[in-house]
Amino acid sequence: MLLEFPWLSLVIWLPILGGIAVIASGEHDVELTKRIALWVAGLTFAVSLPLWLGFDTSTAEMQFVERSSWIPALGIEYHLGIDGISMPLILLTTFITIFVIIAGWDVIRYRPSHYMAAFLIMEGIMVGVFSALDAILFYFFWEAMLIPMFIIIGVWGGPNRVYATIKFFLYTFFGSVFMLVALIYLYFQTGSFDILGFHAAQLGLTAQILIFIAFLLAFAVKVPMFPVHTWLPDAHVEAPTGGSVILAAIMLKIGGYGFLRFSLPITPDASAELDWLIIAMSLIAVIYIGLVALVQQDMKKLIAYSSIAHMGFVTLGFFIVFSIFQHSETAGAVMGIEGGMVQMISHGFISGALFLCVGVLYDRMHTREISAYGGVINSMPWFGAFMVFFGMANAGLPGTSGFVGEFMVILASFRADFWFAFLAATTLVLAAAFTLWLVKRVVFGEVKNEEVGQLKDLNRREALNLGVLAAATLAIGIWPKPLVDVMEPTIENLVQQIQVSKLPEPATAAIPPVAGLQP
Amino acid sequence: MTTLYPSIADSLVAILPELVILVTASTVLIADLYTRADQKESNHRLTLIGLIAALVAVGFVGGGAAATAFSESFVRDPMSDLLKGAILFVTLLTFVYAKDYMRDRDMWVGEYHVLILFAVLGMMIMVSANGFLTLYLGLELLSLCLYALVAFDRDSKAGSEAAMKYFVLGALGSGMLLYGISMLYGAAGGFAFADVAAAVSSRGVEDQILVFGMVFTLIGIAFKFGAVPFHMWVPDVYQGAPTPIVLFLSSAPKIAAFAMAARILIEALGGLQGDWGEILVILSVLSLAIGNVVAIAQQNIKRMLAYSTISHVGFLFLGLLAGTEQGYASAMFYSVVYALMSAGAFGVLLLISNKGLDVQELDDLKGLSDRDPWLAAVMALIMFSMAGVPPMVGFVAKLMVLEAVVAQGMVWLAVVAVAFSIIGAFYYLRVVKMIYFDKPVGDEGPVSTDSSARVAITINGAVILLLGIYPATLFSLCQQAFPG
Repeated sequence: MLLEFPWLSLVIWLPILGGIAVIASGEHDVELTKRIALWVAGLTFAVSLPLWLGFDTSTAEMQFVERSSWIPALGIEYHLGIDGISMPLILLTTFITIFVIIAGWDVIRYRPSHYMAAFLIMEGIMVGVFSALDAILFYFFWEAMLIPMFIIIGVWGGPNRVYATIKFFLYTFFGSVFMLVALIYLYFQTGSFDILGFHAAQLGLTAQILIFIAFLLAFAVKVPMFPVHTWLPDAHVEAPTGGSVILAAIMLKIGGYGFLRFSLPITPDASAELDWLIIAMSLIAVIYIGLVALVQQDMKKLIAYSSIAHMGFVTLGFFIVFSIFQHSETAGAVMGIEGGMVQMISHGFISGALFLCVGVLYDRMHTREISAYGGVINSMPWFGAFMVFFGMANAGLPGTSGFVGEFMVILASFRADFWFAFLAATTLVLAAAFTLWLVKRVVFGEVKNEEVGQLKDLNRREALNLGVLAAATLAIGIWPKPLVDVMEPTIENLVQQIQVSKLPEPATAAIPPVAGLQP
Repeated sequence: MTTLYPSIADSLVAILPELVILVTASTVLIADLYTRADQKESNHRLTLIGLIAALVAVGFVGGGAAATAFSESFVRDPMSDLLKGAILFVTLLTFVYAKDYMRDRDMWVGEYHVLILFAVLGMMIMVSANGFLTLYLGLELLSLCLYALVAFDRDSKAGSEAAMKYFVLGALGSGMLLYGISMLYGAAGGFAFADVAAAVSSRGVEDQILVFGMVFTLIGIAFKFGAVPFHMWVPDVYQGAPTPIVLFLSSAPKIAAFAMAARILIEALGGLQGDWGEILVILSVLSLAIGNVVAIAQQNIKRMLAYSTISHVGFLFLGLLAGTEQGYASAMFYSVVYALMSAGAFGVLLLISNKGLDVQELDDLKGLSDRDPWLAAVMALIMFSMAGVPPMVGFVAKLMVLEAVVAQGMVWLAVVAVAFSIIGAFYYLRVVKMIYFDKPVGDEGPVSTDSSARVAITINGAVILLLGIYPATLFSLCQQAFPG
């Protein structure tokens, strides 16, 4: 019963229809509108819980599968399902959306119903991205995601919002259309748009490399990886708090998810060929972007750059596996990918919370300049405590979730190459430097000016938001096992899958020998 | 298999929809003489009733296998059923949207209805043509009505100039087409598409005259579509003609043009697909490039939409040049979808125009979401659809075309097409940006429109969204038109 009910469809369509209902409820009774929005978000989270409770952690098979015909003439199906990679991300999505709704409660004065509705619709679409098993259905959700975000940044954003939102849209659109061509090409190789069918397709190396590049364009823009990251600081700075939270906590993860669902299993040989490129891009993100973050004057921009650096860790963990294979190991490879996944979930909580913190300050002072603040802790002790906590978590303090993922990735990197690990580990220094320096300048020190001295501490809503996120960060930091257990079978299966060359016989000599890599 | 309507009476039944339109047009023409200037509402009603009756007639005589009438000069098949239905539906929308605009500007006269109805008749004949002669008659009936309609605002210099340009270039295009037809006639010895197809299959590319004839007819088709490099008339006509006329001109005739292309290229010259396919590759890539790039520079929204049309024609040609049943069906789907989107886009422009404001510039759209949130939402939806963003139908149409192209192994062409659609996304987004993020320039205040137009635009927007979410039915109808 639990498994047969179409839970996934419910989690996708409940917030979308709820969002439409919120728009329909209009602006006459704002309180009521907000209540409906919160109920919809809460209910969506509630109905997403069965996905976790009913999840079978002993298998790598897709679960909660729903499959029906959609556009039969083109072989497109309405095909949903989740595994250990997508389930945690879906729960993250439904969880974070609640806080986004709460965070916009008093702050959004211009058309609050549209604001709330945009986030609810966004939530449904993002869950759709994570659960789609048909390539076109995936692309449908993937692109549809742009519309609400475009509106969110453009309507409720900061002074330079129009530039930021168009840049955001065009960058992502640019990345994804080539993926569409690759998906259509794969359709003709396999005869259906089934993503799992793509995983089994035999492909020549040239085709794989072209497909890999098409995927890379799409996912690298979304993650975002150096050098296509420049839309993110703009989008983050201009987006309203809720928009920043969704962007950092979930939308970036969709790029990482794409690598795991598409790039690695569909084009393993091309990934092995080009892993140096991704590793280089990731390490540049970790180090160079870390240094860039250090010099930011704007709090949001600083956290945005910090997100890019942290996502560099994620992609590093995903693509380090091929170097580990060369040392005839699979345990390290599993750890690398798991570390990347844990990092994604943890970053969802931490970056979301940090953006909420900035939002709290911005709502009071209407500036994000670091230099406008100082000594906030004197007037806002509770806020100061949270900010310090999340700052520490961002820097990867043991005991917080930030540490777990980074540690796993660094450990895996050691099995690949000492220098990868060495360079990756600089993040521990850099992240500590830019985050703690930010905290020092904003939270501690002398009270900067009268305004800061008269700041009111967190209200109940804000405290609840930050408190729950802090609990989640701690929980994963102290006891990551449930999360890892959920992912483990899927990731082990993935690692086995990508060790097998997909080149049609006879294999090309350019591929690294795979015979010795079998466990 | 093709069946014959044996007697004249049966033939008359086959052209029932055309007869309904003809009778309506003639009735309006005469009734208009006897109605006072303040009672022109009756023309409008008569026209709408006639269009709806014709739609019903299409449904009544439609369905089933192909059948020819009037000594095989006229054919009724699944393609003609669907395309006629689409033409009539889009024309219906045109009249509803244009009502207030035309009335406010004293152009709401009988001739306006009559000319459009005759144009519709011409299109329906084109769609059902089974030979070059019938096709050409339909095309000229359409074109002559359109030339007159473009100059409908006789006090407007821009309108007269546009009409002149349209007439001269259109006549040139018709001349090219006729020249090509004469060659095909000479080579095949008959006007029927089947005669030409027989000649092509027996002699093929060996016969230089057939190939020459193909090239010239193709040029004629490209002229009517407005594909680069035969696109010069499009921007000027769109900018100069009154908006309701542009609304009509940019939607339904594109469907008819598709029918013309399908009849000539597929039915008559299908055997030369390898040759015209290559020409279409060039036309298509050029149209995508010029249409999308030049549209960015436009400040006039009608002109911008003109270049957008050109780029959509490029996409439509992609489906044709694939040369497969899937490709033809996707091109057909694209033409119908494009007509709906274009009608909606110009429809919104008409509805937000009022006595004082004639929307011409992009700036006129600024702050539309404050003036009228509903129309703003519809316009944004159409723009996203034109840009090819799911879940709107514009995406599905593009997807189908791309699938057909990739199926033929032309991946590079698909990459070119999506690359230009990124450029296209920019100017569509700019419209959304002006609607939602900018403040109004003037102080026009809220938009006032009558409720029937509002219902029509809502239906139009809903169709674009719903077809995007569930395109299977319409697409299977398109596939039936090309059973292969």
